[in-house]
Amino acid sequence: MYGFVRRGDFWSGLALAGLGAYILSEASRWTYMGEDGPGPGFFPMWYGGAMVALSLLLVAGTALKQARPGKAPSIPELRRALTCWVAFAACIALMKVVGFMVAFALLSWFIVAVMARQPQKVALPVAIVGPVIFYLLFDLALDVQLPTGLWF
Amino acid sequence: MELLAGLLHGFQVALTPAALMMCVVGVVLGTVIGVLPGLGPSATIAMLLPLTFKLEPTGAMIMLAGIYYGAKYGGSTTSILLNVPGESSSVVTCIDGYQMARKGRAGPALGMAAIASFIAGTFGVVALMLVAPPLARLSLAFSAPEYFALMVLGLAMVVLLAGESLTKALLAMFVGLWIATMGTDLFSATSRFTFGQAELLGGIDFIIVAIGVFALGEVLGALEGEKPAEVLPVPKGWRNLMPTWDDMKRCRFAFVNGSLVGFFIGILPGAGSTIASFMSYGIEKGFSKHPEEFGHGAIEGVAAPEGANNAETGGALVPLLTLGIPGSNTTAILLAALVLWGFKPGPLFIQDSPELFWGLVASMYIGNVLLLILNLPLVAVFAQLLRIPGYMMYPLVLGVSIVGVYSVSSSMFHLYLLAGFGLLGYVMRKLDYPSAPLVLGLVLGDSMEKALRQSLMMSGGEISILFRPIPSVLLAFAALLLVVPLFKKFNAVRVQVIDKEA
Repeated sequence: MYGFVRRGDFWSGLALAGLGAYILSEASRWTYMGEDGPGPGFFPMWYGGAMVALSLLLVAGTALKQARPGKAPSIPELRRALTCWVAFAACIALMKVVGFMVAFALLSWFIVAVMARQPQKVALPVAIVGPVIFYLLFDLALDVQLPTGLWF
Repeated sequence: MELLAGLLHGFQVALTPAALMMCVVGVVLGTVIGVLPGLGPSATIAMLLPLTFKLEPTGAMIMLAGIYYGAKYGGSTTSILLNVPGESSSVVTCIDGYQMARKGRAGPALGMAAIASFIAGTFGVVALMLVAPPLARLSLAFSAPEYFALMVLGLAMVVLLAGESLTKALLAMFVGLWIATMGTDLFSATSRFTFGQAELLGGIDFIIVAIGVFALGEVLGALEGEKPAEVLPVPKGWRNLMPTWDDMKRCRFAFVNGSLVGFFIGILPGAGSTIASFMSYGIEKGFSKHPEEFGHGAIEGVAAPEGANNAETGGALVPLLTLGIPGSNTTAILLAALVLWGFKPGPLFIQDSPELFWGLVASMYIGNVLLLILNLPLVAVFAQLLRIPGYMMYPLVLGVSIVGVYSVSSSMFHLYLLAGFGLLGYVMRKLDYPSAPLVLGLVLGDSMEKALRQSLMMSGGEISILFRPIPSVLLAFAALLLVVPLFKKFNAVRVQVIDKEA
């Protein structure tokens, strides 16, 4: 009966309605119309209001409509993508300490060895050669600074 | 005369060793990313944009444009040999191109794709050169209300054709507008949506959002599953790549059809090269003496869509350069690039920056010749790229994304934002929220707010200023575009077009 709560549109609609409400509440603190014309709250007030209305329309539409038969999201696929995202975010956090070279080597190794399930004889060269190429190309040849950490 | 003088000046710019080098780098890189499925020109241009800040702007623009149109040439190789479009606009080429390859005619299919791309691509550049200057002169009469209305119309068209759900496309656009309004308001010095973070006072750089949504979103989507596909072989020897005289005769109309449809669809914001190629394919089949061959390896089914998606480039550059209105993800990134380099795309662009405009036009003539040369004898070399496993490419894309964002501000905070927008891009894909309205909302948001506020300042807060003749026609048309899908019959047509694109 409440199958709609399992649909992404329902939750994304609610999230966007929340965002719209936040925009409206922030915009209400700023001048809407001043002596010189529209203030900083004018534009956000309009699109924030439209956002709330449309997202609630999406939520209501999802709740009232019957689900169309389609391809359901695959949990293993989602897990793989999110694992990669977590690895990427961890790599950025790690960069603060160990710098780009080491963090990027670890990320490359993770993608090749863990996610793509390649043997170490493939993963290790990719993890070592990749950052070296980046260093030679960007840092030395193009003079583009790579992120540095506390250690490197 | 003025036109010839401009073009001559353009060739003087484009034929300098540095500009020529940038053109070669751009078209080769474009062909490579066109061949590689999954990595599109918008993601590549977004990733490389920060790295071009140290380059001379004309050369950098020539390179980025080379990636844009080069990718369209490369995309056909993957469609024909793998039955997977290397680039979204090459999806139609899969229909007859792959069938030709299965029948042992991969060579003529690849050759025809390159020849049709060259003919229509060159037509697109000629038309851009002829149409852009008068349109720019016409738009000199535009002021803030006209610009606001024009931007609303551009966004309405993008929203209309961006996704199956109009509501989701509009919501994506509003998120783009929200991101655009983050930072310090230049009219009143008010900080908006900064969450107390000093790093957000200057707003969120477009590059972070573009790289996150496109490059990271694409990698996360591609990493969901590894699906190796079988690549059909490329015939050896360039003679085996050349279509026969009979093939060329059969494609006469396809060349004209692809060129005209591609260019005119390109001018319309939101329509894009995928729709252009579908339309030209449909027209070609409709007028063909043997429509039953379409879908089974008709060579016109390769020539027409490949021509259309290349002529579209010239068309798409018309509103971008003369009005400052981009119609797609890639042109939105090119607009951001021009603005970051200090140029002002719009009615005065050709007048103020003749070197860049004419240099770009001339480089596109050169680029199309280079691409023809690259895509005939070297197609077998590029086809080898299809054998590179994805797991070698993904770390490369992630690494370039990190370096690209870091090079803009040397800020770790921006790298965290990059990760956040990467996740947003992936979630949007999974939930069928189109990315084009978000990106265009972000690119146009600031100018749109400025134009609206300037208009209302001009009129002392009277909204009637937006009902002057030109803005009222543009706004009425925009409203019509958004209202029409509410009628089931029209929406069915709209969804059919988008389904084909998807």
